[in-house]
Order: sequence, then C-alpha cells, then structure tokens
Amino acid sequence: MIAAMARLWRIIAPIRTRLYLGLLVTIGASVVGLMIPQVLEVLVNNLNSSPTAATVWIAGGVVVALGLVEAVLLWLRRVFAIGPSTNTEREMRVRFYNWILDMPVAFHNDWGSGQLLSRAQQDVTQIRRWIAFGMIMMVSSAATVLVGIYMMSRSSILLAGIFLVVVPPIIWLTYRFQREFSILTRRSQDLNGEISTTVEQSVQGIRVLKAFGRSKQALEKFQITAGALRDNEVRKATTTARFDMFMMALPETVLGISLLVGLFQVNSGGMNVGQLASFFATATLVVGPTRMLGMLFGQAVNATTALERYFEVMDSENTIVSPDHPVAIDFANATGELVMEDVRFRFPDAAQDQPDMFQGVDLHIRPGETMALVGVTGNGKSTLLQLVPRIFDITGGRIIIDGVSVHDMDLDDLRRLTAFAFEDTTLFSSSVRDNVLLGVDPELPDAVQKEIAWEALHAADADFVVDLIHGIETRIGEEGFSLSGGQRQRIALARAIAARPSLLLLDDPLSALDTKTEERVIDQLKMVLDNTTTFIIAHRSSTVSLADRVALLDHGKITAVGTHQELLRSSPRYRYIMATNTAGSHEVNL
Amino acid sequence: MSGPGRTRGSSTRYTQMTKEERRASLRLLGSLLKPYKWQLVGLSTIVVLAQLASVASPAIIAWGIDNGIPALLEGNATPAVAASVAHIAAALVGGGLMYVFIRWNMTIGQHMLFGLRKRLFLHSQRLDMKFHETYASGRTVARQTSDMDALANLLNSGLDIMVGSVLQMVFTMVLIVTMDVPSGVVMAGLLIPATMLTIWFQKRSSVIYRQIQTNSARLISHFVETVSGIRAVKSYRRQRANGERYEQLAEDHRQSSLRSIQLFGIYQPTLRWLSTITIAAVLTVGGFRVLGDELQVGVLVALVLYARRFFQPIDEIANFYNTFQSAVAALEKISGLMAEESSVTDPEDPVELADVQGEIVFDDVSFRYDDELPLALHPTSLHVPAGQTVAIVGSTGAGKSTIAKLMARFYDVTDGSITLDGVNLKDLDMETLTDHIVMVTQESYLFSGSVANNIALGNPEASREEIEAAAAIIGADTFIQRLPQ
Ligand SMILES: Nc1ncnc2c1ncn2[C@@H]1O[C@H](COP(=O)(O)OP(=O)(O)OP(=O)(O)O)[C@@H](O)[C@H]1O
Ligand SMILES: Nc1ncnc2c1ncn2[C@@H]1O[C@H](COP(=O)(O)OP(=O)(O)OP(=O)(O)O)[C@@H](O)[C@H]1O
Ligand SMILES: [Mg+2]
Ligand SMILES: [Mg+2]
Repeated sequence: MIAAMARLWRIIAPIRTRLYLGLLVTIGASVVGLMIPQVLEVLVNNLNSSPTAATVWIAGGVVVALGLVEAVLLWLRRVFAIGPSTNTEREMRVRFYNWILDMPVAFHNDWGSGQLLSRAQQDVTQIRRWIAFGMIMMVSSAATVLVGIYMMSRSSILLAGIFLVVVPPIIWLTYRFQREFSILTRRSQDLNGEISTTVEQSVQGIRVLKAFGRSKQALEKFQITAGALRDNEVRKATTTARFDMFMMALPETVLGISLLVGLFQVNSGGMNVGQLASFFATATLVVGPTRMLGMLFGQAVNATTALERYFEVMDSENTIVSPDHPVAIDFANATGELVMEDVRFRFPDAAQDQPDMFQGVDLHIRPGETMALVGVTGNGKSTLLQLVPRIFDITGGRIIIDGVSVHDMDLDDLRRLTAFAFEDTTLFSSSVRDNVLLGVDPELPDAVQKEIAWEALHAADADFVVDLIHGIETRIGEEGFSLSGGQRQRIALARAIAARPSLLLLDDPLSALDTKTEERVIDQLKMVLDNTTTFIIAHRSSTVSLADRVALLDHGKITAVGTHQELLRSSPRYRYIMATNTAGSHEVNL
Repeated sequence: MSGPGRTRGSSTRYTQMTKEERRASLRLLGSLLKPYKWQLVGLSTIVVLAQLASVASPAIIAWGIDNGIPALLEGNATPAVAASVAHIAAALVGGGLMYVFIRWNMTIGQHMLFGLRKRLFLHSQRLDMKFHETYASGRTVARQTSDMDALANLLNSGLDIMVGSVLQMVFTMVLIVTMDVPSGVVMAGLLIPATMLTIWFQKRSSVIYRQIQTNSARLISHFVETVSGIRAVKSYRRQRANGERYEQLAEDHRQSSLRSIQLFGIYQPTLRWLSTITIAAVLTVGGFRVLGDELQVGVLVALVLYARRFFQPIDEIANFYNTFQSAVAALEKISGLMAEESSVTDPEDPVELADVQGEIVFDDVSFRYDDELPLALHPTSLHVPAGQTVAIVGSTGAGKSTIAKLMARFYDVTDGSITLDGVNLKDLDMETLTDHIVMVTQESYLFSGSVANNIALGNPEASREEIEAAAAIIGADTFIQRLPQ
C-alpha cells in the first residue's frame, strides 16, 4: 500500500501545489460551515436574555455571508483539484496505452484485451477519483471532525465526550461496509460479464442452437448465472441495509442520550440553551464527515488495488525491443533476401516435456523469389512466418534479411522492410482507403497515395470496392459495412501489397476465396510478386502455383525445398500433404 | 451472414416507438409487479413509518427544550426523560424499519428482474430466424444486457433512495408547517429557486452525460480494436499514429468529464448556499417571532435543524430522474422485443413420433424469405427414402442452403409441405423435430467452454467415448489430443 501510494505521489508531483490549495480551501469551507451553529448559539442566548431586532438581523446576515464564503470555497476546491487531476488521468491512460502497444504479442496473448481494458479504464478512473477527491477529503474530513468536536466541547465537554464515543464505530463500520460492498460489486460485475457472454453467444450462435434444439440447455446455463447475480445483489442489499440501519440508529441514539444529559446540564447551569442548540446543529454537521472518513479508508484500499493493477502492467518487462545501436538500412537497395539459420523456437507456455516447435530451421529465399511454405495443419507455419518481423522472438539461431540479422535492426525498420497479411484478417474501423494505406508513408501526396491504394486493390482483385456506397471511402469494421470473409481477405492482401515491402509475408491469403476468384487473384498477384521477395503459406496446390519454389515444413524442420514438380516427384510426404489438403478443402457450405 | 452492401441494423421495422408500445411497456411492468401486490403494500407502510421516525428527531429535541427545561426547574424530570427516550426509540425503530425496507425492496426487485431476464432470454431463443436476421444481433444482446442494467440501476440506486428522499422532504415540510406556518412559507418559497436550479442542472447534465457516454464508448472501442489487432498494428508500425489518436480520444473524454465536473461544481455549492440562506431566513423570521413571543426558542432550534436537512434529498431526486428516464426507455425497448412474435410456432396437438425412419418428402415446396423478395426456392418436389445420403448440387444462390434450413424448420414453407415419415413438420413439436433433424451450418460458431462441450452441443448426455468417436469421424481427433487439456 505504502509503495503504491509513494509511486502515485511521484506521479502527481506536477500538480501537488494545486492539490495543496484544494485541500486548504476544503478545510476552509468546513470551518466556515461549522461557524453557522455558533451564530445560532449567540442568537438563541440573546433571545433568552436581552432580545433586540438588531441581533436578529445581524444573525441572519452573518449566516448568509458565511454561506456565500462556504459556497465559493467549495467551488474553488473543484477548480484547484479536479481540473489538474483529469490531466493526470489522461496522461496515465495514454502512457498505459503506448506502453502496451510496444509490448510483444506474447504479452497480449497472456493478458487478453479485457484485462488490459479494465485497467486502462476503471482502474485509472478510480485512481483519478482518489487524487482529486479521496486524498483531499481524507485530510479535510479529519480536520472537520476535529474542529467540530472542539466546537462541541466549547458547548459542553461532557456532551462532546459522549459524541466522541460514536466516532470510532462509525468510521469502522463505514470502512467495513465500503470494503464488503466493493468486493460484492466486483463480483456483480464479473457475473454481469458472464451474462453478457452467455447472451451474446446465444444470439450470435442462434443458428447452431436452433439446429441442435439446444435452447433449453442454454437457458439453464443462463439461469444459473442470472440466479447467482440475483443472490449477490440481494447480499449487497443486505449489507447496505445493515449499514444504513447502524448509521441511522447509532448517532441518533447518542444524540438522544445527549439530549437528556444536555437538558440536565442546562438545568444545573453547566451550559445554556444556545449552547445546547449549537451542539445539536454541530453534531448534525459532523456526522457526515465522520462517515466520509470511514468511506475514504475503504476507498484508499480500492485505490491501492487499482494502482497495483496499473503498475503490474507498466512494470512487465518488454522482451522485444530495438537494439541500442541498430544497423542502418539501405531501403533503396533492399532486396528482401531472407536467410534462416538453425532457427529454434518454443512458446513460453509450452509444456515442459514438449520438444521445441522449431528444431533448427534452415532456409534461403533468394532476392525476388516467391517461396511457398507447406505443411500439415497446426505444425507451425504461421508461427514461422511471424518470427521474421519479430512478432515472436526466436529462441535460437538467426534470421537474416539482406545480410543483417533482424535482431540488429530497429523494429520500425524491420517492419518497414516486411509486410504481413495475416491468416485471420484484422481490419480496423475506418475507411477502406485507410485500411489499405496502413503501411504507407502518410507524408506522401494525396494523389500518390490514392494511386498506390488502387493499384494494390487491383492486384488483390478487390475492385469490388468501387461498388460500395462510398467507394474507397466507405467505412468498414465494427460499425461500418460488413464485408464477406473473401472480401476482407482481399483488402488485407491489398494492404500488404500497398506497403511495397522488400519482403512480403503472406499467410494463406487466398483461403476464403472460391476457385474462380482465386484464379483471378493469382493471375494479378503473379505480376506483383514477380520482383518482390515473397514468403507465402499455401494449403492448396493452386496457391502453390504462385511460387517459384516450395519449402516443406515437417516436425520442426524444413525437410525439402524445390519446385512443386520436383517435390511431387521426390517427396512422398509432400505428395501426401498436397493430396490430403486438396481433398480436405471441399468445405461443406450450408 | 450479411452480404456486401447490407449495413448492420438497417431495419427500421423494429425501432419505432408507438403509443401502443408505451402501453405495452406499462402492461409488462404491471405483469411484473402483480405477483408482489401485497408485498408492495406492506413495503409502502414500512417506508412511511421509517421516514416518519427519521424526521422526528429535531421535533423531539424542540419539545425537550421547550418542555423539559421548565419542568426540570420545577423538579420534574419526566418530560426530559420522555424526550430522550422518544428520541432513542425513534432512532432504533427508524433504523430497524430501514433495514427491513431496503432488504425487502431489493429482494422483490431482484426476483422481478431475474424473472424478466429469464423470460426475455427464452423469448429471444424462441423467435424465428427471420426475426434474428432482421433485428441486428447487437440489439438483441443490448436488450438483454445494457437495458437490463438500466432497470437494475433503478432498483439499486434509485427506488429506495427516491422514495425515501421524497417522503423525507414531504414529512419535513409538513412538520415545519405544523410547528410554524410563516417559517414553512419561507422554506416553501426557497424551494422554488432550488427546484429551478435543479431542473437546470438536470437538463444540462443529461446532455453532458450523453457526451461522456459517447466519448468513452469511442475510447473503449478504439482500445479494444487496437489491442485485438495488435499484430497488424505492430507489423504496419501503427503504434505512434494510434497513440496519437488515442491521446486525442482520451482528451475528448477528459473534456467532457471535466465539463460535467464543472457543472456539478456550480450546482452543488449553489444548492448548499440556498440551504444556508434558508437557515438564515428561518433564523431571522423565527427570531422576530420569538421576539414577539409567538414562537418558543426550542421550536426555532428545530426549524434550523430542519432547514439544514431540507435540501439534502433534492440532488438525489435529480439523480434519480436520470436513472428513471433511462429505465423507462429500457423498459420500452424490452417490451418491444417481448411483443415480437415468432412465425414458426409449436402446434396445438403435436404428433408423437415413436420410431423415426427418416423418410423426407418435399411436396411442391416453394419459399420466399420475405413477401417483397422473389422466390428463393421455386416449387420443388423431392423424395428422400429413409437411410439414404443425398447430395444437393447447384450453382451459387440456387437454394441449396434454403432447402436444408426449411428441413430444420428455421422457416416455414410458403407453399407446399415437407413431411418426415409422412408427418408434416408443422405438426411436430420443435423438440421432437430437433431430436431427429440436425443441421451442420456453414458458420462454425464455437461456444466458449471445453472442446468436448462444443462437440457434445447436440447431445449433452454424450459420453467421453462418444465425443471422441465423433471427433475421429471428422479427423479432428489428432489436433485435439495435442491441445493442453
Ligand atoms: N500463442 C501461442 N501459445 C502457445 N501455442 C501456440 C500459440 N499460437 C499457436 N500455438 C500452437 O502452435 C502450433 C502451431 O500453430 P500455427 O498457427 O503456427 O500452425 P499453422 O501451421 O499455421 O496451422 P494452420 O495450417 O492450421 O494455419 C499449434 O499447435 C498452436 O496450437
Ligand atoms: N436470410 C435471407 N434473406 C433473404 N434472402 C436470402 C436469405 N438467405 C438466402 N437468401 C437468398 O435466397 C437465395 C438462395 O440462397 P441459398 O443460400 O439457399 O443458396 P445456395 O444454393 O446455398 O448457394 P451457395 O452455393 O452460394 O451456398 C439466394 O438468392 C439468396 O440471396
Ligand atoms: Mg496458420
Ligand atoms: Mg449455401
């Protein structure tokens, strides 16, 4: 707790002065507020002894003035503390985002987007609340309680003492409540998340559920989660009810006792009626901040958890970074020649007894050559391709482009040399044009960019873009137009081509296309690939026909390299794979 | 599923809110509340008593000061003790009733919500495929998630606070008027600017609130999209550009939340000042009335204590208004979904199928997806004898998938009939039908859960051996065995 708060203290260094000012005016506001009961005391005593119209007017006027000062101070608190704290919030968020974008893909696979999102959103907001509200209110509430009790003790030490008795239990109860409540709230959030998932799947998978007649089972599963949520909510209500009960009964009981004691004291001359009145007025004002203190202790714990969750991500080590002294790349003369030497790799989460996924891959792709990579499904083809732009890092051996090891290059340079069309086509919510030009220098003149985009779209046989409602400017992705799988794939392919890399990495880029379209794309692609070094994963022989040579990946090694015809002749394993792949590619389409 | 050129959620058929739907939503609410009628009556009694107990305190103090002190001077402690005991009793009774109210209220609310969730889920499952194709899936999901949340919010933070707050204000007002009419008039007068201020705040804040919602939705969807597409982001070197975009979105978000904070920063101190002015007014008016011997000092103290509390609930009421509005909107949308009817329904007297052979006959079947659309399947007759495997071949868009969907009764035929072992599909219970006709769809939708659960979807009672056998038939066994579990 201390460590996390200390780090937060450093983060807020630039706004500390403003926070101090905020604290000052908040305490000021409480003290001014506590003056009002004093006015009541004076007036009541005055009315009991020597009443004049002037005192009544003065009392009224003073209260209005005090109220105005209090209001202005309350307003100033927000001006001082909250504006700057929202800046801190934004900065923490942006720093977090930039940090995770630099982290390797393996890190993202481990964390999952949901976890990262909740840290960037909920946790950072919670931290901001703590900075702007919690820290200040903690100090100022404590001050209010102390000053209030002091004021009460001026009325009567005995009454102040009686009131003091309930302060610790109120703080303690509120703290306990806050903790319990926030745990139950988290549980509700989790259950709500589960319900959303179940509902989403039940709606998106409706065809499957209907086809199998499984709606009843889905309902049963849903009912269990919804029931758990209901029970948790009732538990939450019980906690709240118990807390509210104590918060009402406890202070009011003590005030009831105080009333009796106070009346006797007035009778015995220990205090006057005005003081008794001001005691009650002050007590009403102090109960609030006392509860607030308890709540803030709870919030401090929550804020610490939020901080720890935030720092947990920010402290994780980045394993894929640019070298300190990268080799300068001559882009103009880059050929994209790729050499793999004894490449070894295993996923960090692979089981102990499993052998390495790659046990010494050797491969040479000549400048301008198109090399196809073939192998049974799931044997690591996609993984091998991703090792080149360091999406994952090899665990042994070397990968060399144009004579330079990828580990000696700046990451940005490496990824400028290469362009990747992934197996699962990710397009972003933006126009087709933006998606295609993702890897293109945005400084280029508009006309040139447009030409590049169209050329690439044409090469990928994605001319259908013209027919979309806004042509190339049509928004696609989540909230835009929905494209079919084959259309998406062709746009992703166009994106890789538009980047004009020296080395093009294509992961089965034609898998979602029917045979006729595939033929057209292949014809177009052949012209583009003619002078670009290309590494392409192929399942079907039609895709293989794009390649000059084929490499066969089997059991973690490249076991054969040659032209399609050569391999068909010399490698029984290759014959087997091509035969099964082609047979298996007739998908049942319903 | 949706072809090119079709934007999601384009149908307007389901979005219009009519008067009738408003009535439907009230009916839905009525049907939800009905089983709890008597419990609600009990609940109302308890909340009234609880609030009475909670506003009693200043009045008891006033009575104690005005009657207890003179009596004590005469050596009679009874009124003082009585006041103290009454105060303590009010505190304990009020606290206890509060507990019962909150708990009971929430239990009813949550059971209602649970019932509605269940009904809605089942209903959306029962609706036919035609519905699911027209009503964007995102909206069906939203009805069951975010709209439900809006109702839950109303229950959570809204109802008990709201009922409590309103009653508290009313009771306070009544007590003040009975104690001293002029002070009551003064307070009621100050209620006018306070109400106006609150309405102004409420209007402004609901606009800003929507902005915050929009901005934070943008922020979140950008975040999720980038993180889930991280490999593309990296290989196309988008970190910097996306970072700038995110910073812009975060700044927009900051601006709107800052505006909301600033607005509240004006509202809250002003309201506070109004409440202090009320104290001053009561103090002055009451002071003069004490001077003129028309009022006792104790009552004046009570009036001041009440004045302090009087405005407290007003911003809770303003908050409640927002919650309430979104809950009403949610209820309307939900009842809209509940009002949808499935065109594929179970028959009145379903035919039992004892021993199914599997003979399928299409008798002059034709089908169109929608009245305005051309026939997707032209009149077709087809006889598939039991036990045969038949492949349907044809060019794209010829209607092959449609035939299969008709067999699974995703839709009902437009003309003609389909029979299974001589029984019209329409005369079979959906459950019987799905026991005997199973369709493998083009979409390979996998549910989260184990691989075995996904394979066993069609038959949850399947044994481990049966699951493995099914996997082996389609050649999925080897890769599954290599998975971690
Ligand atoms: N992030 C990861 N962590 C651990 N294992 C992984 C990870 N990604 C993939 N794998 C495993 O590595 C193996 C190879 O996966 P990869 O996607 O490279 O195969 P592939 O040859 O491209 O298959 P396909 O032909 O089906 O596309 C698979 O068994 C897969 O389960
Ligand atoms: N949900 C739907 N709403 C409206 N029209 C539809 C719908 N589904 C299919 N159609 C139309 O009905 C016709 C037949 O479609 P169907 O899916 O049965 O073809 P298919 O023979 O399976 O074609 P493919 O070989 O391409 O899968 C097509 O013109 C198609 O556009
Ligand atoms: Mg792959
Ligand atoms: Mg089809």
